[in-house]
Amino acid sequence: MSLLNNLINGISLGSVYAIIALGYTMVYGIAKMLNFAHGDVIMIGAYACFFMVTEYGFNPLIGIIVAIVVCTLLGVIIERLAYKPLRQVTSLAVLITAIGVSYFLQNAAQLLWTSNPKIFPALFGNGGIKLFGGDLLIPYKTIVTIAACIIIMVGLMLFTSKTKTGKAMRACSEDKGAAQLMGINVNRTISITFAIGSALAAVAGVLLCASYPRLVPTTGSMPGIKAFTAAVFGGIGSIPGAFLGGILLGIIEIFSSAYLSTALANAIVFLVLIIVLLVKPTGLLGKKVSEKV
Amino acid sequence: MGKRKISKNTRQSFITYGVVIAAYILLTVLASTGALSSTFKGLLVPVCAYIIAAISLNLTVGVLGELSLGHAGFMSVGAFSGATVAIALKDSVPSEWVRLLIAVIVGAFFAAIFGFIVGIPVLRLRGDYLAIVTLAFGEIIKTIVTNLYIGKDASGMHIGFLDGDILERGGKMILNGPNGISGITKISTFTSGFIIIMICLIIIFNLVNSRSGRAIMALRDNRIAAESVGINITKYKLMAFVISASMAGAAGALYALGQNTVTANKFDFNTSILILVFVVLGGLGNMLGSVISATVLYVLPETWLRQFSDYRMLIYAVVLIAVMLVTNNSKIRALVSRLIPGKNKDKEDEKNV
Repeated sequence: MSLLNNLINGISLGSVYAIIALGYTMVYGIAKMLNFAHGDVIMIGAYACFFMVTEYGFNPLIGIIVAIVVCTLLGVIIERLAYKPLRQVTSLAVLITAIGVSYFLQNAAQLLWTSNPKIFPALFGNGGIKLFGGDLLIPYKTIVTIAACIIIMVGLMLFTSKTKTGKAMRACSEDKGAAQLMGINVNRTISITFAIGSALAAVAGVLLCASYPRLVPTTGSMPGIKAFTAAVFGGIGSIPGAFLGGILLGIIEIFSSAYLSTALANAIVFLVLIIVLLVKPTGLLGKKVSEKV
Repeated sequence: MGKRKISKNTRQSFITYGVVIAAYILLTVLASTGALSSTFKGLLVPVCAYIIAAISLNLTVGVLGELSLGHAGFMSVGAFSGATVAIALKDSVPSEWVRLLIAVIVGAFFAAIFGFIVGIPVLRLRGDYLAIVTLAFGEIIKTIVTNLYIGKDASGMHIGFLDGDILERGGKMILNGPNGISGITKISTFTSGFIIIMICLIIIFNLVNSRSGRAIMALRDNRIAAESVGINITKYKLMAFVISASMAGAAGALYALGQNTVTANKFDFNTSILILVFVVLGGLGNMLGSVISATVLYVLPETWLRQFSDYRMLIYAVVLIAVMLVTNNSKIRALVSRLIPGKNKDKEDEKNV
């Protein structure tokens, strides 16, 4: 039973990683930049939800919606102020700017809300579904997390394949110049991608804190790095890849801390990543790009 | 072109040497007359270490053209191997200079070995995939060091992993897992830091201006073209990577031996990013730029920005974003190149890289 339990925990953690990784991968796919501030947007989303629910006593659902709105606005503002002026320059310059934004958000959060940990409320109750005569308890938060992840993944895949905006995103990530010639507003499409990515970050932040309730200004950074790893693991730029990478990463992390060593869990996750990349250099589901001279 | 004329590269390297030597002399004089505050004096050795880390990362990012997000991992290897050796040899090698020299060499050597191990994926991966592998490496090193125990007792040296109970009675821990190494005798000095900086600069400039260096830069500018004219990618990429790692190891050893205590958390992802920021703000491939930006960006938050107390890192972040936006703004670039006509050509060159 403990194996099944760990598996469920792993999938739950992996779902959170997957949601963050989906945001990473979409932004990367279209803007070709590593948005290091993504992890900190998660943290802001979690704080927004926290204050709505505990300070102002709103319903958790409203808390989540407010978090999504706050993060979406934040994502668009960050994109407009910090990244948009740098569209034409080297990706390294944008990377450093993203790091600057990340520092800014973390330190602003520290000033506003101090570094004392906030205990996130149990949004989805403490109960769960009992299976096998009570041997296996699946908490509601786990069910919500996994369901949210699957809905988001399917939704994103439908969005990018069926809608006009989604197709425009794919076109921009293929070839910006050609997309522009076809009448696609590239700047607007990139902004929309940032908005979606940030909204996903808000959801991820709330779900992360629902399972791991200790909320500090640096809450988002390690899951951010791991989700980035997950996105690369699955093949960056690919939506099913980010999903698969996130879930696998979560399972590996929970299993290695349960059966090998808690202290080494992070190292094992990263070691597996290196091995996978050595065998398949573009990630699990990444496209092999042939090089032209 | 006459033979007498000094080439642009040589001139640049001599300017860099000159600035570093002048800064060293100036600071030494200021320190001996007591004009430097004690805070500032305490920063001299770490600044030297970060300068070395920055110029070594510049070799990977600027000259080889591969993004590395785990440079602090190499510093960590150098710091812990170097400091362990220095403490272990405390009784047998009385001279501080010799001990520091051994520690720095050991640190550089171990970091070079790790650089080689990490360098192998470099041959298969490109761009952001490589960046993530270096990031992963940095995190793995941090975890390993956090769980590593090294101690010394009557029967010699003992090493334990995950398990700190390795010593007989009366033994002394050197590296104590998550608590790191404490009780280090501070043997790093500003002068030793300066000497290592100079050695690293000489190695890098000679490498860059050599046949190997040109091969490395050819790989950066166009890998396929370089390969087609018979440049051995494996050899030159590994060469640059290992040299860069070993210098970071030396920097780590220098840093550790200038502190009372070092823990593995000191060399985490944020430190790697910090060094990368030095390199990018200083200019890719520009060693003098790395030296200056490492100095300014390391010293500023510790001294001048202190007056803003809680706001200092916020201001640092805003300055960082503003600098990136301003230096990459095409209008401002055009203005600068019009104001300084001689710079015109350089700017053009930069754009083409």
